[in-house]
Amino acid sequence: MTHWADWMLGRLDWSALPFWDAIVDPTTKNIVNAIIASGAGAMVILGGLIVVGVLTWTRRWRWLWREWLTSPDHKKIGIMFIAIALVMLARAVIEAVFMRLQQAFGLDGGFLTADHFGQLFTTHGTIMVFFMAMPFLTGIINYVMPLQIGARDLSFPVMNSISLGLTAAGAAIVMVSLMLAPFSTGGWSGYPSFTESAANPGAGVDYWIWAVTLSTLSSTLTGINFAVTIYKQRAPGMSWLRLPLFTWTALCTSILMIFGMPPLTVATALLALDRYLDFHFFTADLGGNMMNYINLFWAFGHPEVYILILPAFGIFSEIFSTFSGKKLYGYGALVIATLAIAVLSFTVWLHHFFTMGQSAHINAIFGIATMLIGIPTGVKIYDWMLTMFRGRIRFSVPMIYAIGFIMLFVIGGLTGIILAVPSVDYQIHNSLFLVAHFHNMLIPGLLFGMLGGTNLWFSKAFGFRLEERWGRRAACCWIVGFMLAFFPLYALGVLGMPRRSVAFFEPAYLPWTVAAMVGAVIILVAMLCLLIQLWVSVRDRHANRVPGGDPWDGRSLEWSVSSPPPEYNFPVIPEVHSRDAYMRQKETGGGAHPRPDDYEDIEMPANSAMGPIFAITGFLLAFGLTWYQWWLVVAAGVAALIALIARGYVRDTTRLIPAAEVRRQHEAWLATLASLTPVTRADEQSAANRGLPASPIEGAVQ
Amino acid sequence: MFHPLFHLRTHSRYRHWSIGLLAIWLSGCSEHPISFLDPQGPIAAAQRHQLGVIIGLTSIVVLPVLILTPWLIVRYRYGSRSTYRPHWGFSKLADIVIWGIPCLVVVALAVVAWRGTLALDPYRPLSGSEDVKPLRVQVVGFDWKWLFIYPDQGIATVNELVVPVHRPLALKLTSASVMQGFFIPALGSQIDVMNRMVTQLHLEADNQGEFPGKNMQYNGKGFHHQHFVARVVDDSAFQNFVTRTRESGMTLGPRVFDRLMAQNTGRALVQSLEAPGADNATHEGDRRLRFGHLPANLFDDIVEHATPDWSSIKSGGTRNDASSSPEARP
Ligand code: HEM
Ligand SMILES: [Cu+2]
Ligand SMILES: [Cu+2]
Repeated sequence: MTHWADWMLGRLDWSALPFWDAIVDPTTKNIVNAIIASGAGAMVILGGLIVVGVLTWTRRWRWLWREWLTSPDHKKIGIMFIAIALVMLARAVIEAVFMRLQQAFGLDGGFLTADHFGQLFTTHGTIMVFFMAMPFLTGIINYVMPLQIGARDLSFPVMNSISLGLTAAGAAIVMVSLMLAPFSTGGWSGYPSFTESAANPGAGVDYWIWAVTLSTLSSTLTGINFAVTIYKQRAPGMSWLRLPLFTWTALCTSILMIFGMPPLTVATALLALDRYLDFHFFTADLGGNMMNYINLFWAFGHPEVYILILPAFGIFSEIFSTFSGKKLYGYGALVIATLAIAVLSFTVWLHHFFTMGQSAHINAIFGIATMLIGIPTGVKIYDWMLTMFRGRIRFSVPMIYAIGFIMLFVIGGLTGIILAVPSVDYQIHNSLFLVAHFHNMLIPGLLFGMLGGTNLWFSKAFGFRLEERWGRRAACCWIVGFMLAFFPLYALGVLGMPRRSVAFFEPAYLPWTVAAMVGAVIILVAMLCLLIQLWVSVRDRHANRVPGGDPWDGRSLEWSVSSPPPEYNFPVIPEVHSRDAYMRQKETGGGAHPRPDDYEDIEMPANSAMGPIFAITGFLLAFGLTWYQWWLVVAAGVAALIALIARGYVRDTTRLIPAAEVRRQHEAWLATLASLTPVTRADEQSAANRGLPASPIEGAVQ
Repeated sequence: MFHPLFHLRTHSRYRHWSIGLLAIWLSGCSEHPISFLDPQGPIAAAQRHQLGVIIGLTSIVVLPVLILTPWLIVRYRYGSRSTYRPHWGFSKLADIVIWGIPCLVVVALAVVAWRGTLALDPYRPLSGSEDVKPLRVQVVGFDWKWLFIYPDQGIATVNELVVPVHRPLALKLTSASVMQGFFIPALGSQIDVMNRMVTQLHLEADNQGEFPGKNMQYNGKGFHHQHFVARVVDDSAFQNFVTRTRESGMTLGPRVFDRLMAQNTGRALVQSLEAPGADNATHEGDRRLRFGHLPANLFDDIVEHATPDWSSIKSGGTRNDASSSPEARP
């Protein structure tokens, strides 16, 4: 009987419950931590139950399966990626607020146990990078890039769905660890030998390994998909130097994904071999060396930060130019700078461990290589400023994020240069200065980019604009909250406070940790504003409809189609004659929406269950591996393999949309367009904006 | 002869009063110098100086953004009457400036970084004056405490590094556990310590006092307890410390070594050895231990994962290693 249970459950037992410690050893601290941990677990269960309940109540399961989960449509997959990102963002921000609270009370103690704090910074970091930032940018590129290049879908729609499934599986693994604890305490970087089984035999590190592995596999596939699409699917006339800048950054990011993700997949796989099969890649004995892991990790890690930041740069380029009513300054330089950053990003990984004892010459060379990246980055900043120069700047929500970005990002650049000088890094490495620096790049850079992009393209996806007032409040709270939460960490770092400290014994730190806590609370308010913004927007969706499809007087092709676009994106594939293809169409009087002479049948990919199958089998595989439930590992692995082989025999992989249907839909939209009143930019933020901009007079924004 | 370190040091005293002020402000309520902004040795002082130079140079690129962006968005806001050129997208002159100036700044930064990094290489011995030999100390990071072995003096301490002022320090470091980071901010650089590997660090103190030291690399739940104190004293006090530790320090025998290898904080270690002072739980001193007798080549054996040569403990150490006193303050 117990034999049978052991065989089923592996090493899973009662102690995995998040409140187990409090039962075994009911100290006040353990009880407080049990309440927090179980509360988090309960929230996940409750959220899950609500979703299941609502779907059942409204009889939406079939709809969910047909319209979303099995859909190969890049737009829907993009939206699902972003949905995952937003849920995970919420969790990781709440965790961050707990860490800030803990450190605000952390002089000589605080309320969290050291183990709990260790799990918090590990899950926060892991989620933010792999399950917030990556899905967010993958979702936005997924949605926007094919529309910008005049394509109907990605080159490999089913693989896209599989990528989504793998990311979802990884995110689910991290979520399950709330209910069946613990997660790793090894940080988002998971350095051995701390993460070897000698030091950490429990399930935590294994959860981390498999969650990250699923994510990196997903991103490698995504990178291949994006890059091939941009190479192969561009509309006629869309030559390299006519690509919108966002697409350029999407291309560079995809290339970085293809070459940057595998090192981490390899690193976690080798670490898994160490842990499961007693290999000695990174152990201290029998010839292992953990420094190899550290090199592999950062061979991924540094390109990763540019994977995260380049799409945001692309989004900001679109925002600055659109909301300044002006052509992007220095397009060529921006392209060159993007490419330069992508290439250089593979040459600087050593700056993450200047302190590991290598020769000063090596350190100096890598430090200088790092500074070189500052040049193209600085040029970009100035290009954006020159884009605003002699423009007509409108302060719609995306532009507020962009202005916050440009001012805050240069401060992060300054501190990045400081960290790049090895002799100074010796003082601030692994301190909160470093934490402040990377958050300074990731929040104003990546996150503002994603939120700005969401505000920019939301109406494209859903047909109505996001509400402005709450959007502006959210943006301002993000900016103020960020400054208050992270500038104090620069001071703490310079004062020598190590990162990942659950508590401290130096009274001088206290005022700074308290200030940072206040900042974190303002960030929480910003998250609330985002939620209210979404709710108000959905509530008032009829008032904010933009059937015209072009609420910002946009410049690239995605604005030339209806909002939301038809599933085939373009009734007729457009022909491109210049950069800013759609703006040029609007300016040259050829008509923003010419009526095509002829329609053709359109072939679109058919639905496929591969995505959900990989999500489920991927999750079960990872779960079984984590808890040593080998029967589950074998079953899930075999099921995935069978599905993969079976897919090879599927013959009905496409679906035809008849020309008549395309004509009907397009004519209907043209009729809607004819009924709209064009608005000038003065009415951009008002309800009068129906997505049809007044045509420019003498090239000037109205 | 041009000595890069000396050069950096002299400049730091006079030129960077502003950073000095910041230091006083930042660390105002702290008893002991906790940061390189309040440097207590030549390395930390040079690092503070470099920080100032880097901030200054980089500001050439950063400040214009901070100043011009507000001006741009006010001046060119929608509805203003300023010039509007929607089709303007390139200027040769502007491009030369925005590529040229960052390039020049990076060249200057590269020179600073190159020279600074070579000058402050933690592996580079500090010469001191002619007749002073550097003090050798071997550092072992345990979970979660530090062991300092003085091979030339034949003594060792836990969580307390006592060194003479103005005498260069030559540290060799390793970890008996996972990776850790050894760091005394007021004196200079941090360096990683790793199992089976030996890293090096050279420091020097200009002033007497007690400076906190710590571990920078997370290594488990006792991580935040892994701090120690660097006590910089004058020569005679140091001699006194050595003599008294030799005479009345504990013996680092197998039992103590097992306690060191176990995961515990300094305080728990002291308590578990039932050493005097252990119940005085509020005093810093109860986190520290001093050893007058220890096996030869202990450091090397730890690096090699070999069993220490217990038989080599000097016969002077007749005392049972459990009952001897850790109290041997100069
Ligand atoms: C939204 C507001 C955020 C707050 C208040 C916040 C706060 C924190 C805190 C308190 C820590 C632990 C610092 C320490 O080691 O002592 C941390 C670590 C970290 N954060 Fe955030 N964070 C935020 C957003 C983000 C974002 C957007 C990202 C990435 C996209 C991110 C990535 C990370 C990473 C990678 C770590 C390091 C984890 C580790 O030490 O292994 N954070 N953050
Ligand atoms: Cu890097
Ligand atoms: Cu090493």
